[in-house]
Amino acid sequence: MEREKSLIKSVSFGLAILFGMIIYAYGFNVTKVNFETTRSEKRLTQLSRIMRALAHPSLFVYEKEELEVMAPIYLPCPKTQVQIHNPDTSDSYLILTPNCAGPGEIITVEGYNIWPNTKGPINFLALSGVNLTIGNLQSDANGYFKAKVKLPKRQPVDVAQMIRVLPRRNIGNPEFSDVAKSTWDKIIETVFLALLATTFGTLLAIPVSFFAARNLMSSQKSPLTNVAFSTIGWPLGILIGLQTALTFKSFVIQLFVEDVLIRSSIGSVLGIGLTWSVIQWLFPKKQDQSNLRKHKIVQSVTVILCVLISILTIYMIANLALVLGQVLIEPLGPIGFVGNFISQLGDVLIMVLPAATALLGGGTLGLAGNKLGQYVSDHMSPQVIKITNICATALAGAVIGGILGNTIDWFYQLDNPQQTLYLPMSIGAILGALVSLRISHKHPIPIGYVTYYVTRTILNATRSIEPLVMVIVFVVWVGIGPFAGSLALALHTIAALAKLYSEQVESIAPGPLEAVRATGANRLQTIVYAVIPQIIPPYISFTMYRWDINVRMSTIIGFAGGGGIGFLLQQNINLLDYRAASVQMLAIAIVVATMDYISAVIRERFV
Amino acid sequence: MLEIHNLTKIYDGKVIAVDNVSFEVKKGEFLAVIGLSGSGKSTLLRCINRLIEPTSGQIMWNNIDITSASQNEMRNVRRKIGMVFQHFNLVSRSKVITNVLSGRLGYINPALSLINRFPQKDIEMALKQLDRVGIADQAYKRADELSGGQQQRVGVARAMMQEPEIILADEPVASLDPVLAHSIMQYLEKLNKEDGVTILCSLHFLDLVHEYADRAIALNQGQLMFDGPPKEIDDARFRSIYGQEAKRVG
Repeated sequence: MEREKSLIKSVSFGLAILFGMIIYAYGFNVTKVNFETTRSEKRLTQLSRIMRALAHPSLFVYEKEELEVMAPIYLPCPKTQVQIHNPDTSDSYLILTPNCAGPGEIITVEGYNIWPNTKGPINFLALSGVNLTIGNLQSDANGYFKAKVKLPKRQPVDVAQMIRVLPRRNIGNPEFSDVAKSTWDKIIETVFLALLATTFGTLLAIPVSFFAARNLMSSQKSPLTNVAFSTIGWPLGILIGLQTALTFKSFVIQLFVEDVLIRSSIGSVLGIGLTWSVIQWLFPKKQDQSNLRKHKIVQSVTVILCVLISILTIYMIANLALVLGQVLIEPLGPIGFVGNFISQLGDVLIMVLPAATALLGGGTLGLAGNKLGQYVSDHMSPQVIKITNICATALAGAVIGGILGNTIDWFYQLDNPQQTLYLPMSIGAILGALVSLRISHKHPIPIGYVTYYVTRTILNATRSIEPLVMVIVFVVWVGIGPFAGSLALALHTIAALAKLYSEQVESIAPGPLEAVRATGANRLQTIVYAVIPQIIPPYISFTMYRWDINVRMSTIIGFAGGGGIGFLLQQNINLLDYRAASVQMLAIAIVVATMDYISAVIRERFV
Repeated sequence: MLEIHNLTKIYDGKVIAVDNVSFEVKKGEFLAVIGLSGSGKSTLLRCINRLIEPTSGQIMWNNIDITSASQNEMRNVRRKIGMVFQHFNLVSRSKVITNVLSGRLGYINPALSLINRFPQKDIEMALKQLDRVGIADQAYKRADELSGGQQQRVGVARAMMQEPEIILADEPVASLDPVLAHSIMQYLEKLNKEDGVTILCSLHFLDLVHEYADRAIALNQGQLMFDGPPKEIDDARFRSIYGQEAKRVG
C-alpha cells in the first residue's frame, strides 16, 4: 500500500515536471526565443555601436576649428604623365600612395605635421563639387597619421581631383548642446505634467475612494421608499443644477459685455460680501438651539438663496480672473505665464461650475428625497407606504430606464424614441413596481453595497486601460501636447488611487469608528473624525508613490502624442540618433531618482 | 428607566448571541453584566445604542422605543448614552482633546464640526473633563503617546462629554492592570454617585462586581441566568453562570 502510494507520487511528480517543460517549450516557441542571433558578429557590432552611443550622451558641444589639408588625386590614372605633387614640407601636407588609382581601389593616405591628437574626416572632393567622406583620420602625438581609404566609384575624369582631410580640435569652454537644452525644456514639462496629473487625480480620488470602501458602504441600508425618492431626486437635481448654472453663466456674460474688469470686480466684491453676511446671519457665534429650530423653513430658504448667490459670485470671480489674467500678461513681462495661469483658472472654474452645480443639485434633491422617504416610512400607515412605494419605485424605474435609453441612443444614434425612450421607461416602471410589490416596505435595501459594486466596476474598468492608450482619446479631444497627456494621466490616477485609497479605508481599525458612531455623530462626522485621521499617512504615502509612477509614465506618454520628454525620445530613436536619445534617458533617470529620494523624505516626515 | 423586553440577536441567521433577554435598569443604578467571553455581553450592550441591530425584541428608554427609532432620533438617543470600550477605541493619531471633543459630535452643528470647529464652551468643558480624570496636562498630546490607563481615562472623558444619562462600559478594565482597573472603576463610580449617571458595565472579575455594582445580571450563551444583588451569587449560581468546572478566583 505504502509503496503504491509513493509510486503514484513519483509518477505524478515526473508528469508535473514534463508538463512544466512543455509549457516552457511552448513559451519559447511563442516568444521566438533564438539565442543564435545574440552571437552573430553583425549584430554584436551593431550592439556595441549603440551601447557606445548611449554611453556618450551629446550633452556638451565645443566650438571647433578645422585645418584643411589637400592633395590632388587622379581617378582613374591618366594616360599621359601626371604632374608630381610636391608639397611644402614645412607645413602640413599629405602623401598619397599611389596618387592615382581606379574607382573602388584602395590607396594609402599619410599626413604630416597635422595637429597632434586630433580627429576628422577624410573627404573626396569631386570635380563636380560633390563632397564624399571616405574615411577618418586620427593623428598621433607627432601630428602624423596613416589611413587606407577606398576611392569612390565615379565617372572617369582627366584632371586632378582632391583628397582633403579636415582634422578638428575644440577651442574654448564646453557649452550645452541643443539636444541638452531641448531635453531640459521637455523634462520640466514632464515633471509639471506629472505634478498636475497627480494633484487633480488625488483630489478626485479621495471622495471616490469612500464609495469604494466596503466597510463604510456595507452598513448603509435604506428602506425602499428612501431609495426610490432619492433615485428620482438625483437626476432631477442634476437637471435643475445644470440649468441654474447655465442661466447664471449667460446672465453673467450678458452683464459683462463692456467694462468687464470694473463690472466683474464690483460684482465679485458685492457677491462675496453678501454671501459672507448671510453666512454670519445663518450661523451666529452664540448658538441657541431652540432659536434655530423655529426658523427651520426660513433657514432652508436662506441656505438655498445663499448657494445661488455664491454660484453667481463664483461666476463673476471666474470671469474676472479670465479677463484680469489676459490683461496681466503684458505688464508682467517675464512672469507673464502667471497671468495666463490666472486666466486659465478662471476658464476652468467656468467650465467646472455647471458640473459642480449639477452635482450639488443632484446631491441636495437626492438627500431631500431620502429624507422625504424616511418621513413617509416613519410616519405613514403601511397602506399609504405601500401605495407611495409602488408609485415612487415605478417612477424611479422609469427614470433609470429613460437615462439608460438615452445613453444607448447617444452612443449608437438610433434616433428612434419608440425604442430608446418609451420602451425602456415603461420596462423600468414595470420592474420598479414589481420590486416594490415583492419587497416589504420595512426591508432595508443594501444601497451601500450597490454603490460599492458600481464604483468598483467603473474603477477597475478605467484602471485596466493604460494611460498610453487613454491619451489617444484625449489627443483627439484637446490636440497633441502635454495637456492631453496630463488629462490621461489624471484619469488613470483617479482610478488607480481610488482603489488603493479605498483598500486603506477598508483596513482601518473599526474601534474608533464604533466609538464615534456611539456619540451620536452622523455619517459625515464619523468619516471626518474616525476615518480621515487614520488614513492620512497611507494616503500621503500612496500619493507620493503615484507621483513617482506619473513621472515615469509621463516620460513615455509622449510616444502617443501626450507631450513631455517622450516625444523627443521617440523622435531621436526613430532618427537613430542614439547619442541624443541617451541625453533624454539620462534626464529621465535623474528625475526619477530625485523623485524617489524626495518622496522617501516626505514619507518619513509624515508617516 | 431602561427596559429591555425579549431582546434577541442572531448573527447571520445562525449564531444566537443574545437569547430572549429581559431586564430593567433603574435611573442611577450601577449594573454589572457578567458572563464568560462570548456569552453575549458585548452584543447586549451594543444593542442598547443600536451599534448592533437587534433581531427582535424591544428596548424602551424614557418612553422612547430605541429599536424602532429613525436615524435622526437615534442621533438624539445616542448622544445621551456614553460608551467606554475595552480597547479604548481612541483615534490614535488625533490629539487627546480632539478625541474628547468628539463626544460632543451629537450636539454641535454638523457643518461646522466638519472643519474641526468646536464652540469655545465645549473646549473648556473638554479641558474640565480631562482635569477631572487627572490628565489635563496631556490634552495636546497625540492619543497614542499615552499609556493604557491614561487612554482609558480619555475614553471616560469622551463619554462624559456627552453629558450622558447612561454609560455603557464594555469590559472597561479588561486590558488594564489591577491598580489601573480600580482607578477607572472609581471614575465610573464617581459618575454614578455624583452625577447620577446610570451605568451598565460588563466585567470579568467578581471582586470588582462586589465592590462597585448595585446589581448584577449574568449571561450564559446568550441567556439571562441571574438577576440580583452581587452578594447573592453563591457557589451554585456561580457554576450555573460559568459552567460546572469553573473555580472562583478573586
